[in-house]
Amino acid sequence: MNNTPPPSNESPLERSALYWLISDAWVMTKRSTLHIIRSLDQLLSVALFPIMFLILNRYVFGGAIDTGEISYVNFLVAGILVQMLAFGANYTTINLAVDLQKGIVDRFRSLPMASSALLAGHVTSDLLRNIMSAVLVFGVSFLIGFRPTAGLTEWLLVMALSIVFTLAISWLSAILGLFVKSLEAAQWIGFVVIFPLTFASSAFVPTDTMPGPLRFFAENQPLTHVINATRSWLVGTPSGNSPWVAFAWCIGTIVVAMPLATWIFTRKSLK
Amino acid sequence: MSVHEAVVVQGLKKSFKRLEVLRGIDFSVSRGSVLALLGPNGAGKTTTVRILSTLLRPDEGTVMVNGFDVKRQGKQVRSSIGLTGQFAAVDEYLTAEENLQMLGRLYRMSREVIKARTDELIEKFDLVEAAKRPVRNYSGGMKRRIDLAMSLIASPPVIFLDEPTTGLDPRSRLAVWDMIRRLKADGTSILLTTQYMEEADQLADRVVVIDNGRVIAEGSSDALKTRVGSDRVELRLADGRDMERAQALMQGEAVYADPAKRIISVTAQGGVSMLKDMLQRFEAEGVAIENVSLNRPTLDDVFLAFTGHVAVEESQDNTLNKSVAHE
Repeated sequence: MNNTPPPSNESPLERSALYWLISDAWVMTKRSTLHIIRSLDQLLSVALFPIMFLILNRYVFGGAIDTGEISYVNFLVAGILVQMLAFGANYTTINLAVDLQKGIVDRFRSLPMASSALLAGHVTSDLLRNIMSAVLVFGVSFLIGFRPTAGLTEWLLVMALSIVFTLAISWLSAILGLFVKSLEAAQWIGFVVIFPLTFASSAFVPTDTMPGPLRFFAENQPLTHVINATRSWLVGTPSGNSPWVAFAWCIGTIVVAMPLATWIFTRKSLK
Repeated sequence: MSVHEAVVVQGLKKSFKRLEVLRGIDFSVSRGSVLALLGPNGAGKTTTVRILSTLLRPDEGTVMVNGFDVKRQGKQVRSSIGLTGQFAAVDEYLTAEENLQMLGRLYRMSREVIKARTDELIEKFDLVEAAKRPVRNYSGGMKRRIDLAMSLIASPPVIFLDEPTTGLDPRSRLAVWDMIRRLKADGTSILLTTQYMEEADQLADRVVVIDNGRVIAEGSSDALKTRVGSDRVELRLADGRDMERAQALMQGEAVYADPAKRIISVTAQGGVSMLKDMLQRFEAEGVAIENVSLNRPTLDDVFLAFTGHVAVEESQDNTLNKSVAHE
């Protein structure tokens, strides 16, 4: 070795900070997407659970639930879709917890990359997985009698809301994933939060038969607005102010949760 | 700060809550050399490596890596280092090739250089056949190799290896040692942590022994061993009643006797001729020897010599010394 200070590393490229942020996020998204393809069990578990729920609800409860002018299966699909999206978006918690445990996060943090790109990668992969699961869920819905009235605009609105809803839950999940102590905790926390929220909503039954306080909660919580808006676009039920409230909730959550998750992630590395 | 030093650590302190993990550590790694941080579990080795690679902030002290301050120039430090942690930090779902390419992009290298480096490392680390299979199907030794390859993708001038051979079988361990020697030959500055005196002895130009967050000894491994005492010859007698006679035959050598195990041990300073001599004397006197073994000083011996207590957290793994001695 001679005495000249060596270069930092082999031929680093000179580009702007923004270029690298996007490049890093893209690399992380590619990584997470390969995970989806190579761990089909995760995709299947995201899609199979709602499909099972869809079929069971349709044939077990269907006859006993009065959904007014529309058939129960037409009523049900919006609820199943949103529940599926919420559970799917919760995989960020699990996958982030796995990364943090495995030591690969330490490797990423020891690189000259924007380490928050890791979060973006997981969130984007939730989105891709949810899109694939949604296609499956709709496919099965059609098979068991789902007959939507939605036109092109309505379908686009359903897609748009599904995307922002997934992003909102994913970024919340990212925050959760940074705090959970174990993989098991990551799994049950999502379950314990999302399961009751989807039941105490308009997902599976109309809210008007619920007892007072529960009904008040069920009719005003964000998931109900997301479900009601989706249902109104799919099968033409009255929407009220739900579309606006739903979009506002989702976008508001993203605006808060995304920078918060990034901030916590960067902070946590420098204890 | 001198450009001759790849790493400079001065007065480094770190506590977690009330637990003092590092209580003021000083050492430096010269460019192109290998330094071993030797100590038992809980001595502060991993904390030191994590601070050097900007994963933790130091509470007090100066830490310079490749001439950059870890507190103020984190990004430059990260561009200068390769880190291989204690647990294989590889993406199990990706193939070896994809892992390397991902790292290359994150190190901000150009696609052409990434391609060339990936092929080169896969070849060098004997992963050609497995390169296109997901890492989760690899054996422990292969995972360690791809892990090490990943920290080298950007040819960083400084490499940190945190217990690079812990949990490896003897063959993989030797392969990793070989790679570390080749890296050094290429001019890379290396800091590695280990619990094995043998490993430090094999690889390091300088050894820093740490215990309980403090440096308790420092020097070349030869110098340390001279202070600790060199290799020991251990004789096990066939008959315990010969113990006293056997000790008398050693004539003034530093003898350690364990009558319960019928073991007599002496420092092996005289080499082979001394051993031959000794065995001849025993034969002439009719003292039957059941077994002779040569033992290298272990971490326990080092600790015994410098602190008066054995390495508390971990008992020394003697199988390492034996398996390596047999290679």
